[in-house]
Amino acid sequence: MANNTLNKNVKIGLEIHCQLTNLNTKLFCSCSADYRGKPSNTHLCPVCLGIPGSLPVGNKDAVKDAILVALALESKIMNRLVFFRKNYFYPDMPKNFQISQYDKAGGVPIAIGGHVTIQAGNRKKKVEITRIQIEEDPAKLLHQGSIDISPYTLVDYNRAGIALLEIVTEPCLKSPKEARIFLQKLRAILEHLGVSDGKLEGAMRCDANISHIGGDRVEIKNISSFKEVERALTFEIVRQKSLLSRGIKIKMETRHWDDVRKLTISLRTKEKEQDYRYFPELDIVPITILKEEIEKLRRKMPELPDARWTRFMEKYKLPTYDAGVLTNNKALGDFFEECVKIYPYPKKVSNWIMTDLQRWLHEKNVEISKSKITPQALVSMIRLIDKGIISGKIAKRVLPELIITGKSPEEIVEEQQLLRISSRREIEKLADKVLENNPQAVKDALVDEKAVHYLVGQLMKLSKGKADPQLSNEIMKEKLKSFLNK
Amino acid sequence: MQTLPKRIKGFSNRLKSFEVNHMKKPHSLSAKEIIEKVRGGELKAEDCVLSIFNRIEEVEGRIHAYVTLTKELALQKARKIDAKVKNGEVLGRLPGVCIALKDNLCTEGILTSCSSRILDGFIPPYNATVVNLLLKEDAIIIGKTNMDEFAMGSSTETSYFGATKNPWDSSRVPGGSSGGSAAAVSAEEAVLALGSDTGGSVRCPASFCSIVGLKPTYGLVSRYGLIAYANSLDQIGPLSRNVYDCALLLNVLASYDPKDNTSIRVPSQDYTQFLVDDISDLKIGIPKEFFGEGIDERVSKIIWESIYTLEKLGATYEELSLPTLRYTLATYYLIAMSEASSNLARYDGIRYGYSIDYDSKNWNEVYSKNRRIGFGSEVKRRIILGTYALSTGYYEEYYLKALKVRTLIRDDFNKAFKKFDVLVGPTMPIPPFKIGEKITDPLSLYLTDLLTVPVNLIGSPAISVPCGFVDDMPIGMQIISPALREDLLLKVAHIHEQNNKFKDYAPKL
Repeated sequence: MANNTLNKNVKIGLEIHCQLTNLNTKLFCSCSADYRGKPSNTHLCPVCLGIPGSLPVGNKDAVKDAILVALALESKIMNRLVFFRKNYFYPDMPKNFQISQYDKAGGVPIAIGGHVTIQAGNRKKKVEITRIQIEEDPAKLLHQGSIDISPYTLVDYNRAGIALLEIVTEPCLKSPKEARIFLQKLRAILEHLGVSDGKLEGAMRCDANISHIGGDRVEIKNISSFKEVERALTFEIVRQKSLLSRGIKIKMETRHWDDVRKLTISLRTKEKEQDYRYFPELDIVPITILKEEIEKLRRKMPELPDARWTRFMEKYKLPTYDAGVLTNNKALGDFFEECVKIYPYPKKVSNWIMTDLQRWLHEKNVEISKSKITPQALVSMIRLIDKGIISGKIAKRVLPELIITGKSPEEIVEEQQLLRISSRREIEKLADKVLENNPQAVKDALVDEKAVHYLVGQLMKLSKGKADPQLSNEIMKEKLKSFLNK
Repeated sequence: MQTLPKRIKGFSNRLKSFEVNHMKKPHSLSAKEIIEKVRGGELKAEDCVLSIFNRIEEVEGRIHAYVTLTKELALQKARKIDAKVKNGEVLGRLPGVCIALKDNLCTEGILTSCSSRILDGFIPPYNATVVNLLLKEDAIIIGKTNMDEFAMGSSTETSYFGATKNPWDSSRVPGGSSGGSAAAVSAEEAVLALGSDTGGSVRCPASFCSIVGLKPTYGLVSRYGLIAYANSLDQIGPLSRNVYDCALLLNVLASYDPKDNTSIRVPSQDYTQFLVDDISDLKIGIPKEFFGEGIDERVSKIIWESIYTLEKLGATYEELSLPTLRYTLATYYLIAMSEASSNLARYDGIRYGYSIDYDSKNWNEVYSKNRRIGFGSEVKRRIILGTYALSTGYYEEYYLKALKVRTLIRDDFNKAFKKFDVLVGPTMPIPPFKIGEKITDPLSLYLTDLLTVPVNLIGSPAISVPCGFVDDMPIGMQIISPALREDLLLKVAHIHEQNNKFKDYAPKL
């Protein structure tokens, strides 16, 4: 599978667009940036709608966010902030140009260079960053079905003017999997910085450039999630390989990832590549980024995933792998630390989070921050096991209820009568029933130790897993002994 | 509820005949006189409006200064002002003054067309900052004036609604692109007007219509709500019949606006305080190039007479050379067209303005058709040239080079301003020309901007004041100062005005 193997002949570079979701307003106007779930075309003003005569005024907090990201990626921050216009006609652009930045023609992006270290298999890999720039998000286009068959395009301008960071990597990624790992790491960094919540729909989007040795670069647009990035790249590698194997040359083109049909479609070839006619946006006066401002932000830098990883290993004595998983998702790491604050057994907590909690979150397709489970609830559940009130097996049934209902584990145990049965009399009653219903097994058990386990299993099943296993075992053996003595 | 404006299609006959016991009818009064009389209760704002609309009814058919008139709104506003006077409430700084706005200034609820078909039916949802400033000061907006389409022109002939005529000779152009505003003020169809000046669009028509027109320092007046032609050059400016009124209007316009990032934070001041009669220390520079090739000698002669008058009043003058001036036209047009090509990209007919019926066509086709039909030929010419200049491979050669020359021109002027307080020369190289005379030859039309474009490139202010007549056609004198020295411009213009009688001449209509 192209997906899993490193392919020396493949080069992948990513262009990531992250919305700065911590900002209250759009990049160049005072419209609320909280547009998700709002009726279409309600978060608008003359500026973000490009009404004639309106003028942009920059959001200073966006610059702070960009500097924080640049510091985290160890990029070189430029001393001058200057915006450029990227001119092209497209229905998602209210002004038919995008206010962006540019690295040529007298322009500079806010930062250049930098890197993100990822764990690629057993080794660490530095993914080189080319540049970081600030720009405005275009409007959202809605199609009926797929882009190439939809009879119309609807435009929702709520998203137009939302602050974006464009982060561009060098073409140094070798496989779709590496691309996904890098994106997850980048997302974790942005989340730890508190600038972008990559879990929000469309908050982190990605275009990918991919080429084989001997072929031209192909750009894939419209990739909406990390899973999709891996899929789209895998599809594209296979498509390109198949072309190459048939001796067909790969042309430079832009392709669209159709996430319904899971394939890429050609949007335009090189002959039709745009000339964006970049030139300075003179409505926004260039400003100087002061060294003091950068240092002030550097001092405010929160802990980043790598530092947190090390700390989790040292402070909580977690294995490398656990610490890595817990710090690759800020909310998960936060959840873990909240638990450990009130229940100082990190490994136990980590085990529950890493296995059952993660599995159920995936199963229910819900992020931990959006799920109803609280650290208190998880800890209470573990304590119920510690006290012998419920079994580990029962706990596995309680956990999904915590995620969905948000109730306390005590409530769930009470409601569903999941309390452990540890009364000798009750277990004896259950044992009698099992012995009565399984005469053949009893005969076997009298001669074969293994059949005893079967009977105990039947007892557990009858109690719906609630009977104290040790006590059940004891009682069953006693009962069988009394049979022998008869 | 604001009533929507009516396009001019002949005038209502229901106007009551207007009679007051003044020597002059209100429409002929200066802003200064109106403010005094309205404040003193001698004159009702409503009568000012009625008088203006009477005048409009009388002469507009021969001038065509307006695209839209807002009589009902004006009367409502006037009655509010009169009520304030009656109740002894505090009045704004321009009570009862009837002002016309160039049709590229956004007015909430009122058609704003830029005299272009592509903005057909465009009713802005907001007011330009300057419009709000005027309304706050109890000025009365009476309508929107005709202009060259998207302010691209020097004759007001490229308007989709047809040319405006010069009040001094209806066979001639009023200048442009703020030709409607200048003609309205000159013909007493408005007391004051706002124009916009990208390469001379306030000063040129002021000169051609024998009125005062000021292009303020770039950033002194907010551009928020001014529909852009070339955003690094555009600036809103006042048009008036005398220098004092110009200062009064500038008092209101010059105001920092957080909505315009290029707006300059300067303390507000009363520009009328600078209108004093002392220029004894004034050093005037006379750029040789302003009197050189392409300048009508009769124009030069008239300007020189005014310079001699200033000299007699105590100023000194000296000639100088601005060698980079020969590059200003090329530089100006490259920059203006490049910016315009991007600024005008948004007119695609999807969200507002003119659009063909676009059922079952792709967006590319719809955009192209809308723009092909919606824009006039001069606008299309500039968009195409600007697009070309910004294209890969030409950008360095044209646009970047133009920016470099722009810096050289600025250096040239800065050097001159080290030695001189102001520079003086003609506003326009020739007297007003005939309608149709140059419109078919764009290059000859561009050449008439020779003396007005430099200040837009350097950001400095400049004023045009009436300076005499050649064959009964008005000539304007241009005074240029360093950035933010509007005080100097107004002072020199004022002294010039006080020692000449040009402002007392009115066109025969």
